Amino acid sequence: MSEPRLAVENRTRFLIRHEHRGLRVLSLVGLVVLWEIVARIGWVPVLFLPSPLGVVAEGWEMVMSGELVGHLAASLRRLLFGFAVGGGLGVIVGIVVGFFSVAEAVGTPLIAATFPVPKIALLPLLILWLGLGEPSKIAVIALGVFFPMAINTYTGVRQADALLVRAAVSFGARRWSVIRKVILPSALPMIFAGLRLGAGTALLLLVAAEMIAVESGIGFLVLHAGNIMATTKLMVGIVVLSLLGVLSHWGLNRLERLTIPWQG
Amino acid sequence: MRVVLDRVSKTYADRHGHAVHALDDVSATVASEEFVALLGPSGCGKSTLLNIVAGLLEPSRGVVYFEGTATMTASGINRHPTAMVFQEFALFPWRTVQKNVEFGLEEAGMAAGERAREARRFIELTGLAGFEGKYPHQLSGGMRQRVGIARALAVDPAVLLMDEPFSALDAQTRQLMQEELLAIWERTRKTIVYVTHNIHEAVYMADRVIVLSRRPGRVLAEIVIELKRPRTEAMLGEPAFVRAAEQIWGLIKDQAREAVSE
Repeated sequence: MSEPRLAVENRTRFLIRHEHRGLRVLSLVGLVVLWEIVARIGWVPVLFLPSPLGVVAEGWEMVMSGELVGHLAASLRRLLFGFAVGGGLGVIVGIVVGFFSVAEAVGTPLIAATFPVPKIALLPLLILWLGLGEPSKIAVIALGVFFPMAINTYTGVRQADALLVRAAVSFGARRWSVIRKVILPSALPMIFAGLRLGAGTALLLLVAAEMIAVESGIGFLVLHAGNIMATTKLMVGIVVLSLLGVLSHWGLNRLERLTIPWQG
Repeated sequence: MRVVLDRVSKTYADRHGHAVHALDDVSATVASEEFVALLGPSGCGKSTLLNIVAGLLEPSRGVVYFEGTATMTASGINRHPTAMVFQEFALFPWRTVQKNVEFGLEEAGMAAGERAREARRFIELTGLAGFEGKYPHQLSGGMRQRVGIARALAVDPAVLLMDEPFSALDAQTRQLMQEELLAIWERTRKTIVYVTHNIHEAVYMADRVIVLSRRPGRVLAEIVIELKRPRTEAMLGEPAFVRAAEQIWGLIKDQAREAVSE
């Protein structure tokens, strides 16, 4: 007679998470197909919901005529300048406030007081100060990027491993060396997280800024198309904005992997 | 060149603001080319003492000085005569092995070509050849500490300070690294101050063991190890080894027990 047996089975099976690759593709494709069907059978008038294929065709036409390229170039220029100014200043302020206790005492209350202000609310003020031209548009984007960058850089600096700082000092590093060779690389992952946050804010502010007194840019395209009820054109603008968001995220990921090769 | 610790005391405030006496009136001298172990139970302030020697902590009372040393580098910068090997390695994760080893030379203002050559020497000495381009996270614990040792030796310090350098490693790796360090010491004859809580390690490696008491850290005894050099594993069974180990254990046993029941 054999002894009763209890076979051991994996009790964590219900915790296993699968990747479901097919489902990931299907969810996106499914939405577009559903949208196309809804548009085709005419449930919703084209004026309110143009079909995806129609949007693609319109987009292609706008590319060929150069209309889209012009708008895109104008928007990208604003984004780039805003990012450079806001990001650069943000990193510098973050490092200075994070490293020097006097700067921290002066800077943190100022940042805490100004950070919660929605940057869009400052747009009229910026227009008043800088005029209706490009500087006010770039300034509002720069402001939107500045805060997440400054705050993240500051956090990254504060989180720098004290042991590594001491090790650097023990090998003769002075203040500037410590900042450049220990604090800055320590803060890089946080700086990239700030860039990602800033990218979202920048896109939002770009569109808002381009809705006031401009003749170019994706934001202008969307607003103008809406005004003349060119819904397909409007949709093209929205798709371009969403692509910009996806691309910036992807680009930042690539850049991060290039800049931080030690993160395995 | 000698290191002199003259009546060093250290008191610091803990989280609740209570004064903690880490070191009390510690005096000691380390001679040139001597391998000295600082040994004590946990909480005896031995790492604190090492950090004071490295200039990374300020003593509350007393001074540490180096006697008979020229501390000027070629570039005329007044350089601290010590280099430290850390328990947790403290390698720069964003630097390759090569660049980690070059760090101290960089700070000393050495030209890039010369720096690379110097670093190369110590990379070979510590058995890191072939790993120059690796990042620390790609290395095992033993290899990481080799980088730590190479980085410290590269600046040609008058005194090498080692803060429990092998205690984060597994037992077998630790044993091998001890042998390698002894072999390196035979070749370089660096003055070494070696902090450890491991009696066997201290007796096996050092010329002299300075035994510290628990909080506050005081010098309980200085024990000269009567083992020949070069040391070999066979010596672990010699009467001189066993006697020294037992003597030290007798000195700190009660205090180690106290530390456990705290």
